[in-house]
Amino acid sequence: MFLINLWVCLVGVVVILYVILDGFSLGVGILFPSAQNEKQRDVMMGSIGPVWDVNQTWIVFGAAGLFATFPMIYTVLFSALYVPLFTFLFGLIFRGVAFEFRANSPHKTAWNRAFFGGSIVAAFGQGVTLGAYVSGIKVQDGAFAGGAFDWLSPFSIMVGMALIAGYTLLGASYLIIKTTGEVQKRAYQQAWIAAWAVAAFMLIVSIWTPFSAPDIMARWWTEPRIYFVWLFPVLGAVGFALLLQSIRQQVERKPFIFTLVLFFSAYLGLQSGVYPYAVLPDITIFDAAAQPKTQMVMLIGALVVLPFVLGYTIYCYWVFRGKVTDDIIYH
Amino acid sequence: MDTLLLSRIQFGLTTSFHIIFPTLTIGLALFLVAVEFLWLRTRDELYYRMYRFWVKIFAIHFAVGVVTGIALAFQFGTNFAVFSQKVANIIAPMLAYESLTAFFLEAGFLGIMLFGWHRVPPALHFMSTCLVALGASLSAFWIMAANAWMQTPAGFELVDGTYMLTSWWAAIFNPAFPTHLGHMLLASYTTAAFAVTGISAYYLIKGREQAFFRRSLGLALGMAALAAPLQVLMGDLKGLSVAEHQPAKLAAMEAHWETNTDKGAPFIVFALPDNQNERNRFEVRIPNLLSLLVTRSMDGQLTGLKAFPKEERPNVPVTFWTFRIMVAIGFLFLGVMIWAAVLWWRRKLFDSPLFLKTLVAIQPLGFVATILGWLTAEIGRQPWVVYGLMRTSEGVSPIAAGNVVWSLLMFGLFFGVIGVAYFYYTIRTLEKGPDYETPIPPIQRMAGMRALNK
Repeated sequence: MFLINLWVCLVGVVVILYVILDGFSLGVGILFPSAQNEKQRDVMMGSIGPVWDVNQTWIVFGAAGLFATFPMIYTVLFSALYVPLFTFLFGLIFRGVAFEFRANSPHKTAWNRAFFGGSIVAAFGQGVTLGAYVSGIKVQDGAFAGGAFDWLSPFSIMVGMALIAGYTLLGASYLIIKTTGEVQKRAYQQAWIAAWAVAAFMLIVSIWTPFSAPDIMARWWTEPRIYFVWLFPVLGAVGFALLLQSIRQQVERKPFIFTLVLFFSAYLGLQSGVYPYAVLPDITIFDAAAQPKTQMVMLIGALVVLPFVLGYTIYCYWVFRGKVTDDIIYH
Repeated sequence: MDTLLLSRIQFGLTTSFHIIFPTLTIGLALFLVAVEFLWLRTRDELYYRMYRFWVKIFAIHFAVGVVTGIALAFQFGTNFAVFSQKVANIIAPMLAYESLTAFFLEAGFLGIMLFGWHRVPPALHFMSTCLVALGASLSAFWIMAANAWMQTPAGFELVDGTYMLTSWWAAIFNPAFPTHLGHMLLASYTTAAFAVTGISAYYLIKGREQAFFRRSLGLALGMAALAAPLQVLMGDLKGLSVAEHQPAKLAAMEAHWETNTDKGAPFIVFALPDNQNERNRFEVRIPNLLSLLVTRSMDGQLTGLKAFPKEERPNVPVTFWTFRIMVAIGFLFLGVMIWAAVLWWRRKLFDSPLFLKTLVAIQPLGFVATILGWLTAEIGRQPWVVYGLMRTSEGVSPIAAGNVVWSLLMFGLFFGVIGVAYFYYTIRTLEKGPDYETPIPPIQRMAGMRALNK
């Protein structure tokens, strides 16, 4: 019981880490067409060049970790959300190869487009996946029992667009930290627009979720959740206000931090409505969990290795701290 | 076509495309470790320039390998959900450990390896290269453990059709694992070594950059000299392991239909195996050799395919031929290394145009052998997904075939585009040749550095 709950928390941490880390990388890709010349594109790509790969690794660990600790979530979700997940994957593939191909290419325009297209498609695919997950999945005898297009609904499409807005905001506020001059100036404007878009989407999703997934709404109003769920919208509102203020005052690091606050408020709000369910509407985390021995094997590995991973990831970020410089652009 | 067949084609296609890239990067990472070590040791600038040149090839392959690899991690769930659900307790932690111990290490330090030249001192850069190489080989460790478990499952008990872990250690170090891992690592080292020698030989034939590519060629040949003979020995051990644990697969690899009773089993050099009539056509055989190879005696008995029910046999012609060609390439590599040793002994290593041309010609064969080896291992395991216990047909996802038609078409299209682009940019990078001009970053300049002597 404790082990399962511990793993729910750990998987939750891995997911949000992925969303933030690859979120800003994808966001930079979504903003890519706004660059005015190749030099600016070089700077934007260079801002994530040394780190995008390790950021993306969190989704590989997320998928494999989910497979290991809650296999039923992995197998049901992946077969039910076949099309959006592969859409996400195809986006990632083009985004990923664009880095190397563009650097070695005389046809930069083609790979500029692949980079932008891959990023926006990946973000959209992820959002649709999330939307379909929240809407619930038809399961029988522990396996997916629905149709090929069950994932497709106005709600899931809308969440897809919401995530594009969210990643744009993350990307813009990251670019504010990593760049100077024109690119940075534009990133402030982009962050401003994206912030309003995100706020609008969060409002719409919050109103729509109870209709699309009434169970989540019902759980929000049960004890002990009722005592703290209201905190998340408040946190979100405060984060939004501070975000707008920090963009207006052009304080370099703050927009990114307040964007994180926005993401956390949405994520925790959602999780508090989903728990203790693994696959909505019926499968709980206890049904979906792997055998205790496997979870234990995984826990030992995670406790021993993850601190190192976090340690050297922070080290790598530290090596490449500060504004983008030429040595990162040309390798 | 049904979901099962389409899913198998898709997995085969994505795995075959994917494996090209890690095969090269696992081996090339080791080569780069050697080059950087020599740079730090001799302080000869040529080694620095070699590193900067070959690392570009490494980076292109790494990027394509990473993104195509994610496609595999997804397909366990999307296309083989029932299999995944049943074996999750055992296979999934291996995949998760792979991300945890290998992928993060590679991806994290790759940034420093490619972009860190101005920012970290030489020793730290060298450490990053070593860690990337370690990560690359570690990922092979976990993937081979997972695949070997499907060949020779161990460390589990079956409870209501679900595989429960009883010993993590036994599951990882299952009977097929040691030879599986050794065979794959040596395949990577050999393939990368012959890729580098082939490219270097091309330059030498063209008369370009002699000093640079002589040194690259020499170093890579040294790597091949170690790996190629070891690979033949490892292949032999792998064969023994298959014979012991997967007799039907061995019989299919060798197109051995009848259990030999009174004399030794022949080794079949050439044949067109006929699944329908359970016999070989146009057979060319060497008497007793198969018995000698597998049982180490002239008349050792080997179970023939007919001893297994028809529905428990793999496709014989495919298994037979993928295996044959792979072995032929292995021996060809060994032969080329013996030739190289003779030339080296006579101090004519770089002077024989025929030898250099041969190196160029065999350059892609390591990749071919690796893919064929995988096909032998995977098709030879059929009809089982977990050998002897679960059929592949029992493991497929409950999804409509249309899903897979769509994703398979997309994979075909995108891999086509990416394959062409990858090939074009690799050739272009190679064509540009080494860069001697860009100054060495101040932080990398060591005391007593030897200036470039082209």
